[in-house]
Amino acid sequence: MTQPVSPPRSGTGKMTPVSEPPAWRALLFRADVRTLSLLGVLAALIVIGGITRPDEFLDTRNLQLVLTQASVVGVVTVGMTFVITSGGIDLSVGAIVALASVWATTVATQEYGFAGILFTAVLVGVGCGLVNGVLIAYGGVVPFIATLAMLASARGLALLITEGRTQIVTVDGILSLGERDAYVLGIPPLVLVFAAVTIVGWLVLNRTTFGRRTVAVGGNAEAARLAGIDVRRQRLYMYLLSGLCCGIAAFLLIVLSGSGQNTNGNLYELDAIAAVIIGGTLLSGGRGTITGSVLGILIFTTITNIFALNNLQSDVQQIAKGAIIVAAVLVQRRTPSTTT
Amino acid sequence: MAPEPPLLTMSGITKSFPGVRALDGVDLDVQAGEVHCLLGQNGAGKSTLIKVLAGAHQPDDGTITWRGEPVTLKSPIAAMRLGIATIYQELDLVEGLSVAENVHLGHEPTAAGFVVRGKAAKESTAALLGRLGHPEIDPARLVGDLSAAHQQIVSMARALSHEVRLIVMDEPSAALDPDEVDNLFRIVGDLTADGVAVVYISHRLEEIRRIGDRVTVLKDGRAVAGGLPAESTPTREVVALMTGRNVEYVFPDRPPAPPADGTPVLQVRGLARDGEFEPFDLEVRPGEIVGLAGLVGSGRSEILETIYGARKPTAGQVVVDGRPLRLGSVRAAVGAGLGLAPEERKAQALLMLESVTRNVSVSSMSRFARGGWIDRGAELAAARAATRELSLRPDNPSAPVRTLSGGNQQKAVLARWLLRGCRVLLLDEPTRGVDVGARAELYAVIRRLADDGLAVLLVSSEVPEVLGLADRVLVLREGRVVHTAPARELDEHRVLDLVMEGSPVASDGSPVAGEGSPAS
Repeated sequence: MTQPVSPPRSGTGKMTPVSEPPAWRALLFRADVRTLSLLGVLAALIVIGGITRPDEFLDTRNLQLVLTQASVVGVVTVGMTFVITSGGIDLSVGAIVALASVWATTVATQEYGFAGILFTAVLVGVGCGLVNGVLIAYGGVVPFIATLAMLASARGLALLITEGRTQIVTVDGILSLGERDAYVLGIPPLVLVFAAVTIVGWLVLNRTTFGRRTVAVGGNAEAARLAGIDVRRQRLYMYLLSGLCCGIAAFLLIVLSGSGQNTNGNLYELDAIAAVIIGGTLLSGGRGTITGSVLGILIFTTITNIFALNNLQSDVQQIAKGAIIVAAVLVQRRTPSTTT
Repeated sequence: MAPEPPLLTMSGITKSFPGVRALDGVDLDVQAGEVHCLLGQNGAGKSTLIKVLAGAHQPDDGTITWRGEPVTLKSPIAAMRLGIATIYQELDLVEGLSVAENVHLGHEPTAAGFVVRGKAAKESTAALLGRLGHPEIDPARLVGDLSAAHQQIVSMARALSHEVRLIVMDEPSAALDPDEVDNLFRIVGDLTADGVAVVYISHRLEEIRRIGDRVTVLKDGRAVAGGLPAESTPTREVVALMTGRNVEYVFPDRPPAPPADGTPVLQVRGLARDGEFEPFDLEVRPGEIVGLAGLVGSGRSEILETIYGARKPTAGQVVVDGRPLRLGSVRAAVGAGLGLAPEERKAQALLMLESVTRNVSVSSMSRFARGGWIDRGAELAAARAATRELSLRPDNPSAPVRTLSGGNQQKAVLARWLLRGCRVLLLDEPTRGVDVGARAELYAVIRRLADDGLAVLLVSSEVPEVLGLADRVLVLREGRVVHTAPARELDEHRVLDLVMEGSPVASDGSPVAGEGSPAS
């Protein structure tokens, strides 16, 4: 640009360089490319599974199993997407799932039947989220530290409750939910719950003031504050929401396994965070995509399944997951017009 | 002066940044043992010039001669090796390291090449601090635990830990108390007596008179005067050099009759924040633009942010429409009808990843929502109406806000408050980062908003902007309102006199610092 020497023109000072329409189109295009590439990876995995284990992989029961497994950690991932979009992180999700699942399956809780188990799981999840949220939003504790502390204490409490024993569920209503008779049009109820959580999460993030505030707080907390948004309250809500999702996931896990264990939800935090990042949500906050996160978790679960069908050990799975995370992040950094 | 060649000669230094020519052929020569003062308004190019001298910026054109030989300053290290040290206004110390570690950072005394000899470092640091008149600073203390003034001393010790022939000081007195300023001047005297040259940047003319030998004045990226005698050049002449400009701003006409009789919508009573600004009163009526003029550090932005609730005052009251505001709460201020266009637009106002629409609607989302559910059609229509009202370009509310020019980004911030229906608009440096050509349009927009009944409180470091746009002006100096008058009765020279030297006409000319402390 050159310095105008003549006096400035009055009227419209059209200063915008030519890059304006291509820029926003590029942004749209980029969002599409990201989703499409995730779908492409998923499709490629299905092809690989179909080729290496043609009989087992494409079997209806196996596909139902993959989706069911994805559902539990998937619900957690939806909550994690909100937390990360707001610029935070929640390391305690796996531990909260464990605590909620054992608290909801104690002998005392099971006396209250189906509703007692569901209510307890959700309440414990929200309670843990409340502690996280208050510490972070009003106590000024860094999210990494606050949720790391919750990770340690929730796991410890879960072990204390169970004394290391598996708590078998004897409530019929719970057990029958996991049986084939309960499937709706061949879809397990757990998968339906996951689908419902995903849809609600997408709508809340993309279509409500709550979602907008989440994105604003994550994108620029100072600007959000000066625009009149209650940044601290919004941060509190994020961890409450994540805790709620953990409670729902704990309930799904109880249905799936017919038990509560203090080892439940192990490393969920890693899978959930990795899926969110692979999906295209910015780790620094300000941009989030539920669709991407869900595709990310489906990719992870499918890989695990294919590896298991091919008799590869879990150590190899972990290495492959690590490689995928790095590859996904590198690919995203190379997508065109990363100007900001 | 002396017949020997100058220590440093910079000639024809040119440096452009995207959209701005920061330096346009600047000449500067510095003799060994002199204090050479650099004067100029904000944006005149002082910072860019010293960054070139420090090796932090590479000039596009021009030559630098050091002790008779042409040199290129490729990096800060290259400049340091020649003996050029820079003390920046924003101190560049590592708070988590000790005083001694900071002083020797990058050139630690070592044994066997890599083992830091901590004791030797501490001893030489203690010697340096003693020389600087502050033997009480413990070299083992963490820099983060020191006061701002002591940090400045450490920064200076760091500069002196090298073999130094030229020291650049960028507003070194800004963070200092009067007696510490005296100590600073003593140090400067010692240095020059040893033959070290000092390039001294300050806004305070009286300091320049006390310690300066010669003065170079920068304006709009050019040196308009070089090597003036610091003691004998009249203040008027210096101020005239600083302000005479070739780009004239076009300001909109003021309404014929200023609305002096209306009920004020914003009233500030005795508002103060310890260490930032002293109690002051202020009233703004609908349709009126009130300007706050003052230098960086005079408390301008702090005042705006305190009125807006982003900082909590230590005393006073903010009243909007006759109702006192809950202090220290942005939400209360926004709820009462205040809106702020902050100084750092990108860091404090804009959601850079988002579209224009979302940036405009962020403060009024609930208006388009039922039960939290956003009616995106209504939102888009309202955002489009607000941005069209301000003729924001491009006329596309879906465009990402980061693709807009500075002036249009500012319009997006204004549109946010227009949409919200705010009654009092607080503008902090509204034309910062806005091209000269687009400023006139922004001025017209601000005046039109006032004509439509908004009360506007404007802060700017550019005196002509305040005088041209505001109806009434408050002049600030170091946290104190030193003068209030209708803009018509002031001119730029008078305001700069007030801003830099207190009130030479009204008061007896004694330093303001003496009467200082609590005024209410």
